[in-house]
Amino acid sequence: MTLKNVFFATSVALAALANPAMAQEAASLDARVNEAFATFTGPFVSLIFAPFPGTSFPWIVLWLVVAASVFTIYFGFVQFRFFGHAIGLVKGDYADPNDAGEVSHFQALATALSGTVGLGNIAGVAVAVGIGGPGATFWMILAGLLGMASKFTECTLGVKYRNEYPDGTVSGGPMYYMSKGFDELGLPGGKILAVLFSVFCILGALGGGNMFQANQAHAQITQITGDYPGWITGLIFAAVVFAVIVGGIKSIAKVTEKVVPFMGILYVGAAIVILIVNYDMIGWAFGQIFVGAFTGLGVAGGFVGALIQGFRRAAFSNEAGVGSAAIAHSAVRTKEPITEGFVSLLEPLIDTVVICTMTALVIVISQQLIIDPDTGNYMLNEAGNAIATVDGNSGVALTSAAFASGISWFPYVLSIAVVLFAFSTMISWSYYGLKSWTYLFGEGKASELIFKVIFCIFIVIGAAASLGPVIDFSDAAIFAMAVVNIFALYFLMKVVRKELASYVERLKSGEIKKFSH
Amino acid sequence: MTTKLLVGLDGHSSGERALAYGEGLAKLIGSCSLLVVYVIEWSPYSFQTAEENAQRHKRREEEIATAMSRVISPALETLKSKGIDAEGIVRHGNVADTLDALASSEKADQIIVGRAAESGLSQRIFGSSTANLVMQARVPVTVVG
Repeated sequence: MTLKNVFFATSVALAALANPAMAQEAASLDARVNEAFATFTGPFVSLIFAPFPGTSFPWIVLWLVVAASVFTIYFGFVQFRFFGHAIGLVKGDYADPNDAGEVSHFQALATALSGTVGLGNIAGVAVAVGIGGPGATFWMILAGLLGMASKFTECTLGVKYRNEYPDGTVSGGPMYYMSKGFDELGLPGGKILAVLFSVFCILGALGGGNMFQANQAHAQITQITGDYPGWITGLIFAAVVFAVIVGGIKSIAKVTEKVVPFMGILYVGAAIVILIVNYDMIGWAFGQIFVGAFTGLGVAGGFVGALIQGFRRAAFSNEAGVGSAAIAHSAVRTKEPITEGFVSLLEPLIDTVVICTMTALVIVISQQLIIDPDTGNYMLNEAGNAIATVDGNSGVALTSAAFASGISWFPYVLSIAVVLFAFSTMISWSYYGLKSWTYLFGEGKASELIFKVIFCIFIVIGAAASLGPVIDFSDAAIFAMAVVNIFALYFLMKVVRKELASYVERLKSGEIKKFSH
Repeated sequence: MTTKLLVGLDGHSSGERALAYGEGLAKLIGSCSLLVVYVIEWSPYSFQTAEENAQRHKRREEEIATAMSRVISPALETLKSKGIDAEGIVRHGNVADTLDALASSEKADQIIVGRAAESGLSQRIFGSSTANLVMQARVPVTVVG
């Protein structure tokens, strides 16, 4: 069945490429999908990105930044104070040898990272820098550092309030800490929040966790193969994802999970090589980032534009405050929920502060963004909504062009990386979406199958639609999750503080100590 | 003062030979107990999907139960029928590290294992568990051929 699907999609693709009339028809199908999608999702997107009255500043961006700052202060800069301890936990210094064979801190972190490291780091950063200029990078890094505290809060709660079933499996995430945590504190409305979160998580899974991935994977493939209709890539992707999540062909997912970390290392390695070769420009690039952060260097929307783009893309990339990571981290085996909180705060650091910054530096150094020689500011494109680039590229194509200017064959590696990242992110998000779906509709084969089929259909839509509407919807859905999640975190953060105080005391008294291995 | 011998089993014939050797040694020593260990090869640094993580605890219990019933329990029964004092442990981890760590935490006087079960390319690349154990163990190791 699945193989047949792949075969069908491939043969259609070949036929479409060979026959111009059919290709044109297919292209107009893409256009129709795109138009219908943009109309349908428009109101939702406008609501989430509505500006404060009288300003151009979207309220959602402030919502995320304020939350991350509140958690940072409330927990006394936990991301810096417990950074070393987090590393020790990941290394397994505090792991009880009797628990060997359970999910380790390292594994929980790696699984969560494979859901977040991906196109947000490659394409998302290009979008941020392409629209907001190099200055967006500064705000992105700041958002990453602050976001570590949000992650710490939500992941601690994710483990604390997870469900452990008699058969030994676990389910955790915001919907569980909302309902169970609010009950425990005697607060009303936990269940309503949990339902709302689940609805938005399903939309986020279909948007950022799926359509955006399919869309950008297609964009990257066409860079190499030449243009062809997006729904063809969509069908092929959908067939493979279907094989994994419905057909239960675990081997594909297993191979991906093993290859993806190496692709990540390869990506960062290539970026470092380019930076070393252009070492004399690193200072200049950081200069652009700092100056741009406060002046905008002529980008659309000025420095506020840079700030909004930076925070938006950082949130989309590291998902701090969104709640998705709480689902991924909740499977760890530990007696101390807070230890997973410490470990999870490394996630925005690796994802945003390290990997996103690498991408941004390579794009700035490659000089793909056109600077007006007279003013030293960036030139806008014809539409006036982004910075003009050398070949008119945006999104993942811009990152690809930037890497190609340093390592000519790198776009091929990047294509493979993008496809694998897209795939692993889809698998992760299909799980997040599924957990929300089963929270709403109950567990059971039929109910699970319905979600999985819907998920696969959205892959095709995502690949066919154009970047603009897809990215708007993806952001809107993921930020909608953050609205509900952060609201709940404000009420539950005192639970985390109590855990933190008790843990620190026992760590000091020597009750919690390293195991000698 | 009782002597404690740690015998590493692998579910194959080389483990059986190690057990037979340990049994013989225990009889010669007299006041001696055997600790029979089976290590399930596992690394805390591997990569898994979210779904695998969610089911990990269940799988671990299953793995331990299987190793207990197939390897450890039969060995313990044989030993007890011969009047030798014995205990069994199943542990996840790296074979060499885990045997060494158990020998030290359980205060065993000696480790007895079968010779390397790995062969060919994998042994050339990763070395063998037995060789690694011999190199890093903190108590004497007897390798049974």
